[in-house]
Amino acid sequence: MITVTGLRKAYGDHTVLDGIDLHVPAGSIFALLGPNGAGKTTTVQILSTLIDADAGEIRVAGHDPATEPDAVRAAIGVTGQFAAVDGLLTGRENLILMADLHHLGRARGRRRADELLEQFDLTDAAGKQASAYSGGMRRRLDIAMGLVGEPRLVFLDEPTAGLDPRSRQAMWQTVRRLVADGVTIFLTTQYLEEADQLADRIAVLDGGRLVAEGTADELKRLVPGGHITLRFADGPALRAAAVALDAADVDSAQLTIQVPGDGSVRTLRALLTTLDEAHAEVESLTVHTPDLDDVFLALTAKEPVR
Amino acid sequence: MTSLSLAVRDSNTMLRRNLRHMQRYPAMIFYLAGMPVIFLLLFVFVFGGTLGAGLGGGRTEYLAYVVPGILLMAVGGAAAGTAVSVATDMTEGIVARFRTMAIARVSVLTGHVIGSMIQTLVSLAIVLAVALAIGFRPTAGPAEWLGVLGVLTMTSFAITWLATALGLVAKTVEEASNTPLLLTLLPFIGSGFVPTDSMPAGLRQFAEYQPFTPIMETIRALLTGGPVGDSIWWATAWCAAIALAGYLWARKRYNAR
Repeated sequence: MITVTGLRKAYGDHTVLDGIDLHVPAGSIFALLGPNGAGKTTTVQILSTLIDADAGEIRVAGHDPATEPDAVRAAIGVTGQFAAVDGLLTGRENLILMADLHHLGRARGRRRADELLEQFDLTDAAGKQASAYSGGMRRRLDIAMGLVGEPRLVFLDEPTAGLDPRSRQAMWQTVRRLVADGVTIFLTTQYLEEADQLADRIAVLDGGRLVAEGTADELKRLVPGGHITLRFADGPALRAAAVALDAADVDSAQLTIQVPGDGSVRTLRALLTTLDEAHAEVESLTVHTPDLDDVFLALTAKEPVR
Repeated sequence: MTSLSLAVRDSNTMLRRNLRHMQRYPAMIFYLAGMPVIFLLLFVFVFGGTLGAGLGGGRTEYLAYVVPGILLMAVGGAAAGTAVSVATDMTEGIVARFRTMAIARVSVLTGHVIGSMIQTLVSLAIVLAVALAIGFRPTAGPAEWLGVLGVLTMTSFAITWLATALGLVAKTVEEASNTPLLLTLLPFIGSGFVPTDSMPAGLRQFAEYQPFTPIMETIRALLTGGPVGDSIWWATAWCAAIALAGYLWARKRYNAR
């Protein structure tokens, strides 16, 4: 759905994007992850025909945004970082405006507007001016407006920035529903959890360069640090276990032992068998796998960690 | 669909959007008509006796003289409203959304222009109604009134395109509200409030040749039965030039990204 090679963009001396390659297959969710100022919004602006790239081969829905912008525009829906709704119009009027601009015709446009109001839980607020909406409602209306023309490709630029946890969960549900309908999603976010929850593939953008790309699991494998924490009921059990495991990391005040391990069933079974044989009864056990936060911090550190 | 019918259709959609904005702020129209009405009352009832005597008449004669100047002041005031609404719109994300849609690009601007022209003409009707209420008795027949409507429409078309460009150029909404206010001063430095021949050389030449003067002369002649002369051609030429320049400037600024 999207292929990009060698994408560059600079404003004067300031290089925003420094040679980016992206490949987003149809029907998938792709997350562009990065800190503020990494170039995420610029990438979306270029792919959605808002601004021109300085260099690079770009194909969006089979067309070049620079030479065939209208063909690209006809295939996409865009949700901006700042809710792009008309505050003076009501929610329903905003959607009908989009329907009219998609030339849906009066009856069909109104039907589509009501359908989306229903789908995005805005029916009760349909007659209220959008300026009176809460942040979450505005964002929902914003996304709904991008979907009026039933695009095959949707850009979501930081769709949950500034939303409360419940609204964020609801937004994630919405995104999953879209993909179930066969829509391709290009998502930007600075929340690792969001990329982890939603995306099939994640690209990490930092200072205008892609520093890593892959599935969430692939990215997590890039940083070591998985371990298992075992907690015991009393001192004798702890000591028996420490001897059996030849453990270096023993906390006798907390009655815990930390051993390196990836948390797979095989590792755990071997571990528990060893402890059983030593008659050391484990009270509880927690597995810590490296999360995307570890990856993100390691990859976007000012000095390369590795 | 041809690109022209697409542009007409999308402009129509955008016009409905702008009219709905105006509908949400009905007070705007009275605000726009308010300033010229106050100047009308001020000049007729405070200065009108003295200024009318200078014209060889009285207050009634001055009222008949000053109406075209007040009308153009209303056009200039409405231009400030246009520039502000364009500049405000450009700061909203919704315009970025329009740019990512397969619609006729110019429709965002034509929607503003046609909407603002309707607003300007309503404000002009209010100003004229007040003038008639305080004793303005034009001699114009139906053909002359039609001519007045034509000249005012042409003028507001030109000034609105200029105001749209000014709204796009402005870096802030405040800046957009200030620049077009100079237009409300133009009737003073022209034949709007006193005849130009009483002005000192230099100022007089500017007053005689600036675009508002032939427009005001044409309206005055049509309303009070004077000879229109070639001022109508000057007026038409100025309006065409301002409209074209404003349109090209606005389009260039809007497309610049």
